[in-house]
Amino acid sequence: MANRIPRVPAREQDPKVRAHNFDEVCYGYNLEEAQLEASRCLHCKNPRCVAACPVAVKIPDFIERIVAGDIAGAAAKIAEDSSLPAVCGRVCPQESQCEGSCVLGVKFEPVSIGKLERFVADWTFANAGDGLIKVPRDSGRADNGHRKVAVIGSGPAGLACATDLAKAGYDVTIFEALHKPGGVLEYGIPEFRLPKEKVLKHELDEVRALGVKIETDVIIGRTVTIDSLMDKEGFEAVFVGTGAGLPKFMGIPGENLNGVFSANEFLTRNNLMKAFRDDYRTPIHAGERVCVVGGGNVAMDAARTALRLGAETTIVYRRTEVELPARKEEVHHAKEEGIDFKMLTNPVEILGDERGWVRALRCVRMELGEPDESGRRRPVEVAGSEFEIPTDTVIMALGTSPNPLIARTTPGLETTRRGGLVADEAGATTRPGVFAGGDAVTGAATVILAMGAGRKAAAAIDEYLKSK
Amino acid sequence: MFKILEKKMLNPTICKMVVEAPRIARAALPGQFLIVRADEPGERIPLTISDFDREAGTVTIVIQPIGASTRSMVNDFSEGDSFADVAGPLGNPSEFVKMSPEELAAQRVVFIAGGLGTAPVYPQAKWLHEHGVPVDVIIGARTRDLLIYEEEFRSVTDNLYMCTDDGSYGFKGVGTARLEALVAEGKKYTQAVAIGPMIMMKFSALTCKKLGIPIWVSMNTLMVDGTGMCGACRLSVGGVTKFACVDGPEFDGYLVDFDEAMRRAAQYKAEEGLSNGK
Ligand SMILES: Cc1cc2nc3c(=O)[nH]c(=O)nc-3n(C[C@H](O)[C@H](O)[C@H](O)COP(=O)(O)OP(=O)(O)OC[C@H]3O[C@@H](n4cnc5c(N)ncnc54)[C@H](O)[C@@H]3O)c2cc1C
Ligand SMILES: Cc1cc2nc3c(=O)[nH]c(=O)nc-3n(C[C@H](O)[C@H](O)[C@H](O)COP(=O)(O)OP(=O)(O)OC[C@H]3O[C@@H](n4cnc5c(N)ncnc54)[C@H](O)[C@@H]3O)c2cc1C
Ligand code: SF4
Ligand code: SF4
Ligand code: FES
Repeated sequence: MANRIPRVPAREQDPKVRAHNFDEVCYGYNLEEAQLEASRCLHCKNPRCVAACPVAVKIPDFIERIVAGDIAGAAAKIAEDSSLPAVCGRVCPQESQCEGSCVLGVKFEPVSIGKLERFVADWTFANAGDGLIKVPRDSGRADNGHRKVAVIGSGPAGLACATDLAKAGYDVTIFEALHKPGGVLEYGIPEFRLPKEKVLKHELDEVRALGVKIETDVIIGRTVTIDSLMDKEGFEAVFVGTGAGLPKFMGIPGENLNGVFSANEFLTRNNLMKAFRDDYRTPIHAGERVCVVGGGNVAMDAARTALRLGAETTIVYRRTEVELPARKEEVHHAKEEGIDFKMLTNPVEILGDERGWVRALRCVRMELGEPDESGRRRPVEVAGSEFEIPTDTVIMALGTSPNPLIARTTPGLETTRRGGLVADEAGATTRPGVFAGGDAVTGAATVILAMGAGRKAAAAIDEYLKSK
Repeated sequence: MFKILEKKMLNPTICKMVVEAPRIARAALPGQFLIVRADEPGERIPLTISDFDREAGTVTIVIQPIGASTRSMVNDFSEGDSFADVAGPLGNPSEFVKMSPEELAAQRVVFIAGGLGTAPVYPQAKWLHEHGVPVDVIIGARTRDLLIYEEEFRSVTDNLYMCTDDGSYGFKGVGTARLEALVAEGKKYTQAVAIGPMIMMKFSALTCKKLGIPIWVSMNTLMVDGTGMCGACRLSVGGVTKFACVDGPEFDGYLVDFDEAMRRAAQYKAEEGLSNGK
């Protein structure tokens, strides 16, 4: 009776220990645990889990192969739809996607699809020879080898697009503004959720093994423009996967005090620039007490990073725990690690000391009123409820928006009111030959959506070049 | 990798390097800067493009060692070595570059360069000179040994005024005092540009305001990415928050909140102390 077996828990680092290190929190399943968990799946005829996965990973099919002990087969099944399973298995908001729709979840707990996907990917890294899943170039398409496609940005959207184009035989170059590829996977999501050497490096090696060239330190729009790539360097098509990296601030008094940072600065210093490691020169400032403003994954990551750097950490969010947009697992982990959650609290001013450093965060209490356009109940201020939270550091994690640089330097490329590039379902922009996808189009979203958009655009680019 | 083709000490501490970076050399304009990461454990350090050669595919940087990273660049890297990363050109080109020939023809420009700020002034003065605009440059330093770029400037300026705090060379006193003297002698300027330590730019702005000369200042804030992604470089200009890397680095000197900018530049002092000892 499959559903009588309780969901197999994944082993994790003790919260007291991991609060002081940057090693991965979750160890994942071993083969035995994975097979036990896989045996819970009912192999539904019309699997609701698949319908709820943005890229429709063939979930019951790959799970069936785990049960049968054919892990390489499971990996191949997943690879039909996802090119970053080790990442997505770790960071997808499964509770609102695949697992959220699993029928077992109605009466029992849903199948642990994310952890199983991660197991398959990690097993492949460890067991597939040199660690790479070798994907042969499409031999029938050798004639594409001289056709150059540029991919701008090396986040999940760019990587997925480049992978598919390389498999179709094209000569692909990724241009990345920063000194390391990976996008948010490198500079945003911390080591303890997504290990760089163990996971990201493998994914990048795999992309390179397909023949994709990655040029770092190239800022498209500054170092070279899209026009010049197409007119002078012979790129026949371009994919723009530049993400949504611009930080937002609240516009309240005191935001330029010393000790106020965007989550992007804080996380970039720690992840991309490895401030947490003694052998790197990057400075970072946490102090003894940190307040993080916001409730998404970015806020959780900033708070748990500050905690690991030794600060007492508080998350300040204006709605309630039910509305926290972060992955459930991260909220749960953050609480276990001892992060204080102040819900229904909204900052109105940051107070400084005589030297211009943060001393406290002045907040008001909120209560939930009528639902707004998004259907969530709108938080409203409780009159006369102001209070101060003493703190050394304030980190703003309020969301991000797309960088206007490419739109401004590429004639004919239109943007929406919110700064995203205008693109159709397949990723075609308003400029012939230029495609776009991921956060650069949608605004800040998820890894799996960015990856899906990258793959759709790759197919559209292939079509476009075939007909050209 | 970005190869160092030439390295030269301009004075006992300030070092000039010519670095191979063809893509950047092709795109660079006066007023823009680079982010250099010397090696793997290094920081991303913003440095002004002091010169560029599109044919040779090179950019020139001038480094004043003040902390662990800039010290390492000067001490640990020689001709033939390579920097791990050089990204750019970043920031907006100087306003002059965007002007029409008519607007340019009406310009009478004075630059006030302080210490290391002398190097970033050079490409702007050179560009204006090549476009037929009269250029005066005031270079200030504490003492004669610290003055740099004198030779280079002779060929691209109409008038070059050297100043030292101790009077060991040229005018005795600071650059702003020299400017006041020049204006008192009847010199007329339509635009001033000050580049140097923030405190020097602050006083240049005050002086120019008094003299009624509009002034641009080049804000050397802390930076991480240089592309608008982190907000480390933010400053207040006319009460509005701007990012120096994408909105600048040059701003209207009358409007910049220098006191806030100087306070923010010292933000990592305690941590840098640690990293210097690391
Ligand atoms: C801290 C944090 C935590 C997150 N946690 C999760 C999570 O748990 N689960 C989840 O699903 N999603 C999460 N997200 C969101 C997710 O990471 C993004 O939606 C996703 O990375 C978007 O992918 P992308 O490829 O569109 O862009 P990005 O990953 O942002 O990559 C864009 C890349 O383009 C580069 N670039 C930008 N401009 C230029 C230019 N002009 N020239 C060259 N290169 C350029 C950037 O440097 C960057 O490397 C998180 C985001 C953050 C910031
Ligand atoms: C647009 C721009 C252009 C620049 N051009 C040049 C250039 O052409 N040549 C050059 O030598 N330098 C230039 N700088 C300054 C240079 O980037 C800094 O000196 C360097 O980042 C210091 O790094 P460090 O690790 O060696 O010192 P750190 O250890 O980081 O700093 C040492 C001390 O100096 C303070 N400090 C750091 N950066 C600054 C700053 N920007 N302003 C004031 N105080 C600071 C720190 O708080 C600390 O107390 C420029 C900066 C900007 C933003
Ligand atoms: S890709 Fe994400 S949503 Fe799809 S099955 Fe995997 S974990 Fe679930
Ligand atoms: S819905 Fe749940 S039980 Fe059904 S196939 Fe998907 S994972 Fe298995
Ligand atoms: S340096 Fe990061 S936004 Fe300017």
